[in-house]
Amino acid sequence: MALRRFDLDAGGSSFAFKPETEEKIAFWRGKYPADKQRSAVIPLLWLAQKDNNGWLSEPAMREVADRLEMPYIRVYEVATFYTMFRLQPVGKFHVQLCGTTPCQLRGAEDLKEVCTKEIGKPMHVTDDQRLSWEEVECLGACVNAPMVQINDDYFEDLTPETLSGILSRLRNGADAKSGPQVARVNSAPEGGTSVLTDPALYDGSKSRLAELPNLPGAAAPPPAPPPAPKVEPEAPKPPPADDLKRINGIGPKFEQMLLDMGVRTFAQIAGWSQETVVSIEAKFGFKDRIDREKWVAQARMLAEGRIDEHDLIFGRGKD
Amino acid sequence: MSDTFKLNIDGQEVEVPKAYTLMQACEEVGAEIPRFCYHERLSVAGNCRMCLVEWEGAPKPLASCAQIVGDLRPNRDGSPPVIRTKGAYVEKARNGVMEFLLINHPLDCPICDQGGECDLQDQAVAYGRGDSRYDENKRAVEDKNMGPLVKTIMTRCIQCTRCVRFVAEVAGVEEIGMISRGETAEITTYLEKSLTSELSGNVIDLCPVGALTSKPYAFNARPWELRKTSSIDVMDAMGAAIRIDSKGDAVMRILPETNEDVNEEWLSDKSRFVWDGLARQRLDRPYVRRNGKLQAVSWPEALDAVKAALSVGADQIGVVAGDLIEAEQAKAALDFFRSLGVKNTDCRPAGAQYGLSGVREHYLLNPTLAGVEESDALLLIGTNPRVEAAVWNARIRKSWLWGKLKVGVIGPVADLTYPYEHFGNSPTALDSEAVRAFFKGATKPMIIIGEAAVCRSDGEAVLAAVLGLAQNVGAIAEGWAGYGMLHTAAGRVGALDAGFVPAQGGKSTGQILDGSVKTVVLLGADEVDLSRLGSSTVIYVGTHGDAGASRAEIVLPCAAYSEISATYVNTEGRVQMTTRAVQPKGEAREGWAIFRALSGLFGKVLLYDTADELRGVLRGKDGENTPFSGRGYAPGAKGFAALSAAVPASSGAIGNEPFGRSIDDFYLSNPVARASRTMAECSALATSLDTAVAAE
Amino acid sequence: MLQDKDRIFTNLYGAHSPELEAAKKRGAWHLTKEMLDLGPDWLCDQIKASGLRGRGGAGFPTGLKWTFMPKEVRDRPHYLVVNADESEPGTCKDREIMRHDPHLLIEGCMVASRAMRAHKCYVYIRGEYIAERHALEKAVKEAYEARLIGQNNLNGWDFDLYVHHGAGAYICGEETALLESLEGKKGQPRLKPPFPANAGLYGCPTTVNNVESIAVVPTILRRGAQWFSAFGRPNNSGTKLFCISGHVNKPCNVEEEMSITFRELIETHCGGIRGGWENLKAVIPGGSSVPMVPAEQIMDAYMDFDTLRDLKSGLGTAAVIVMDKQTDLIKAIARLAYFYKHESCGQCTPCREGTGWMWRVLERMVKGEATHDEIDTLLDVTKQVEGHTICALGDAAAWPIQGLIRHFRHEIEDRINRYRLPRAMVQGAVIAAE
Repeated sequence: MALRRFDLDAGGSSFAFKPETEEKIAFWRGKYPADKQRSAVIPLLWLAQKDNNGWLSEPAMREVADRLEMPYIRVYEVATFYTMFRLQPVGKFHVQLCGTTPCQLRGAEDLKEVCTKEIGKPMHVTDDQRLSWEEVECLGACVNAPMVQINDDYFEDLTPETLSGILSRLRNGADAKSGPQVARVNSAPEGGTSVLTDPALYDGSKSRLAELPNLPGAAAPPPAPPPAPKVEPEAPKPPPADDLKRINGIGPKFEQMLLDMGVRTFAQIAGWSQETVVSIEAKFGFKDRIDREKWVAQARMLAEGRIDEHDLIFGRGKD
Repeated sequence: MSDTFKLNIDGQEVEVPKAYTLMQACEEVGAEIPRFCYHERLSVAGNCRMCLVEWEGAPKPLASCAQIVGDLRPNRDGSPPVIRTKGAYVEKARNGVMEFLLINHPLDCPICDQGGECDLQDQAVAYGRGDSRYDENKRAVEDKNMGPLVKTIMTRCIQCTRCVRFVAEVAGVEEIGMISRGETAEITTYLEKSLTSELSGNVIDLCPVGALTSKPYAFNARPWELRKTSSIDVMDAMGAAIRIDSKGDAVMRILPETNEDVNEEWLSDKSRFVWDGLARQRLDRPYVRRNGKLQAVSWPEALDAVKAALSVGADQIGVVAGDLIEAEQAKAALDFFRSLGVKNTDCRPAGAQYGLSGVREHYLLNPTLAGVEESDALLLIGTNPRVEAAVWNARIRKSWLWGKLKVGVIGPVADLTYPYEHFGNSPTALDSEAVRAFFKGATKPMIIIGEAAVCRSDGEAVLAAVLGLAQNVGAIAEGWAGYGMLHTAAGRVGALDAGFVPAQGGKSTGQILDGSVKTVVLLGADEVDLSRLGSSTVIYVGTHGDAGASRAEIVLPCAAYSEISATYVNTEGRVQMTTRAVQPKGEAREGWAIFRALSGLFGKVLLYDTADELRGVLRGKDGENTPFSGRGYAPGAKGFAALSAAVPASSGAIGNEPFGRSIDDFYLSNPVARASRTMAECSALATSLDTAVAAE
Repeated sequence: MLQDKDRIFTNLYGAHSPELEAAKKRGAWHLTKEMLDLGPDWLCDQIKASGLRGRGGAGFPTGLKWTFMPKEVRDRPHYLVVNADESEPGTCKDREIMRHDPHLLIEGCMVASRAMRAHKCYVYIRGEYIAERHALEKAVKEAYEARLIGQNNLNGWDFDLYVHHGAGAYICGEETALLESLEGKKGQPRLKPPFPANAGLYGCPTTVNNVESIAVVPTILRRGAQWFSAFGRPNNSGTKLFCISGHVNKPCNVEEEMSITFRELIETHCGGIRGGWENLKAVIPGGSSVPMVPAEQIMDAYMDFDTLRDLKSGLGTAAVIVMDKQTDLIKAIARLAYFYKHESCGQCTPCREGTGWMWRVLERMVKGEATHDEIDTLLDVTKQVEGHTICALGDAAAWPIQGLIRHFRHEIEDRINRYRLPRAMVQGAVIAAE
């Protein structure tokens, strides 16, 4: 980590918490014993940073020290030790790009190039004051690599294109949807999971146990319960048709063609293999368009009900 | 359960207390353990990793400084754990650490002031490689401002954090810290502000490398070309053990030596950095005022002038001894003036209301300086030990830090570096329920009064009340004499012990200086009010051209404390001697010798021809018990008997005037300090910062 | 494959609501009072019998750790501190618990606190996990409002839980650094002994446990120690959250049985190795701090403590970082070396100086700009760091490099040769016997 010093010029000479922050300060201080208030130093510095446009100025640090009756040098040590305290101004949206090996293995270096190209050097603030970035160490979202944190939010499973899109949205005042940027639910495998599908896990039957096993004085542990009887799955009913035009790239014409082929749902499209894609493209008479427009990924997202996310990333489609 | 534990160290079986660290245990059998971060007077950091030793069977080597012996386990067969401080395993570990310490340490030993007395240099000889395997660029660290005393070359820093721990733990001001982390970690003060501690210079001694060095001493000398003289400091009444390093006739620096009873191993900044004042504004020859101007004269001329000035009748002569007077000078001067019949002699500040009771214990710090570590309740009356005895203040803090001591104060509010209960500002607080409650349950109460607190019109009554309080709260008991007076002047107790007080019917300091006598002799007395002298003729005997000399008609130069072997009695009554480190300046003479010479001129020859003979007189005959008979010894608890006697009745009542401050400016409290540029710089800085020390 | 009915974290992916009512339906807060009433001895015994080993990396038996706390509360209160400073590269499992199944954690905190006679618990969550912190705070609020926790709660054991957060420092995952940080200081590890069970938070007896270790406790107690210990091979019991990242087709988190083989884990949940199994090069099986294992050794290995230890690696946090044959291993490890240099607290010499040294040498090796004997020097430097530091970060920095040199030394040598051969004449250097 590089040398960390306060930007004294940019910090001015004074700092005051916002009035509405006082409640939060009291909330944090209330967590620690009266004679151990020093424990609140990190949370309070964090609140100060929030109230100071995302970076910690020297007067802000002193304000925290004064409130907690700590010597300045002790708070200074803390402020320079922990890297989330930024000692120089940052953009309205500060991008922390994870560069550690799990992200590196999945393309973090390409994302760095995107940031350099679109923002500049690390810790440089764009002229419009909206963006800045830095490389940070593992942010703990490794199965969703590569990823960045922008202010409070994680943006995961990025590609240079998706990151670039997010940056330009933020730059232009639009919102960007956080979380995975591909068709997956949080840290579940892309395209859906085969586990945690048993409805008995969620119907309340798990909380109907009569008493704890192994009570003191009880006899030997009860034998393992007999295996649950296998329930034959019912024949699946055909699902109702989806509005395929929600997929950006599918207009009324393609929709009809798909319906004619028996493709009625997002889930079906989400399940297309590469061969299917090739054969459909052959029928439709174009090439690579399905891949380019990411029909499959879009369909997967829509099938999972992640409508907002889909619209954010791909747009609303021609419905 | 046994309190001791058996170990096998390097094949030797040894039994040590369980509370010992492994390092102590190893030293017990004579094994040498290298270390950088460990310091016996600071908390254990365990961060340098140089003191690693092998514990047979353990997966890793142990940091012996941090390992408590009692936490080790015997072997399975019950035999003592086997520790090795030598051998390939340990060597490998230490060599590795040494290599790490050196990869980013600059190779600037030839221009480093620590060279020749550097722990890293010394240990690199033992554990370092002959070559470097580190081919990368070395780290450079920006130097930091820490004020006028401590020079920093931070690239040399090995992050041992001794300085951080010292200022936080001992000095009690949290001003140095390690910021950032990893290899970019840096030692600094907050935004490079100057240190405000009056003990800051100790970090220079503590720094095991050349990162923190003495700014005033920078590039002045190499340690091996210095003559080292063990002596005693006189900047306050503690009498800290010092080593004066000199080259030729110049004092180059002053360092603390260890005296567990007095200063442990610390030294205040005034004592440490005052040495440039020993070379500046010195009186190096006699002067006589002619036509309003002081003119240099020869010794015979000056003594003739003195003879004339003293031919005014004994009751028209007054003699005031100053703060830095050595016992020899006091004794010789007193003997001389008494032989002339002079009764107006005093060594106490104006207005002093103590010292005439004939009870020495009334003006000694009987519980002793070290005794504060035994005490459980300390009441400070009219004294601020942080400025009056800075090193002792750190010891009070230490005792408080250990959780043994609580402190109460009657007097001005000040930052003492430890919390205290404040009972008010004036002596009326002495008789209060709060004070009695404060001492309730205390087994070794300690009551310390500042000298200034008895230099006021109700001083006698205050002293009586304090002595009475001491008796009432159990501060005076067999084996514990909890009452004490804290002096600020190194020469005071010695002069008092020599009897340098007004004879029966004689005038005291305030009366001598009020213009009522024709000739006033000032023995280095510069801290007194000279504004009311009127037409009195002033003879000044002293070391520096300060307040006294500029008012004087006749100036006799004498040797400073670095230039004589002389006796000082500290505030505890401990008799100690300075050692001559350099020759007296110019024609300056030893103080006692001036009066020996004068006595010849007056035909009243003193009975001693050498300083040793004079000291023999002070000590008394064999078997005789005088204040000077034991050297290096403080009577301490022996004062119990004298203090148990009925408290002398006082003539007046206690007033309610608040106690004042005894020292206006810590850094400028005597003529040597006022001549020092370094002290002037410290004072200016402290005043501008309005710190606790400066504000006093 | 672990059956759904045996999964503890049934909302791992957040497909369902994390809120109290939904959590209760999934089994949380069921029979909690009954557990608490049985007291510390029973609780510790059950957890010991379950064979649960700490899920934070070191794998120390959890129940045994609890018994190190003093048997009675004297002048100092006892504390449970939950380590949610999940920062080990590759690891992102506790995050899912906190944002999707927070009530399992809160309930676990309460039960574990009872087991160690603590009435107060702090959860130290890494500063970057802001959404996770809010989710956890929300659940804590729900639990207080439902009087499940707090003073005079329905469960009969006074219990306060506070969420604390850090601000970006990997080292705070080390338990004593975490305590220092929680006390408002820099996160610099303490010297041990004293261990936290004697003098931990605020000098009081304290146990620090990983989020997953604590969150599995109530379910283990509800289903019985035998149920839990039946999974996995002996001494490696239970179910475990695996985080599979890197070059698999579908990286994900999943709860699986301990001792599942690497192949089954990847095939069942991750859609296989990118480019197929023959394209697998090496795997870091337990978070960045453990040495890598080459493909042929890991493919059919059991994913558990003992097997991976025998492969000179470790299960660590079960964060499996998969690297295929297109991976520049030297670069991957150099990046880890940079991570450790960045995260070294700077307190003790070998780590402060050694991590930077190792990283700089590796950066040159990535380009091949080194000599062959520097490989041995590097290995020697890792040995000089390992075991000589106050905390385990020094070891963690050394091991990945040792793993690289152990298994892929030839790659470093090739790289050096490729770099040097065309330059030898230009520089006039003599490359002897290389």
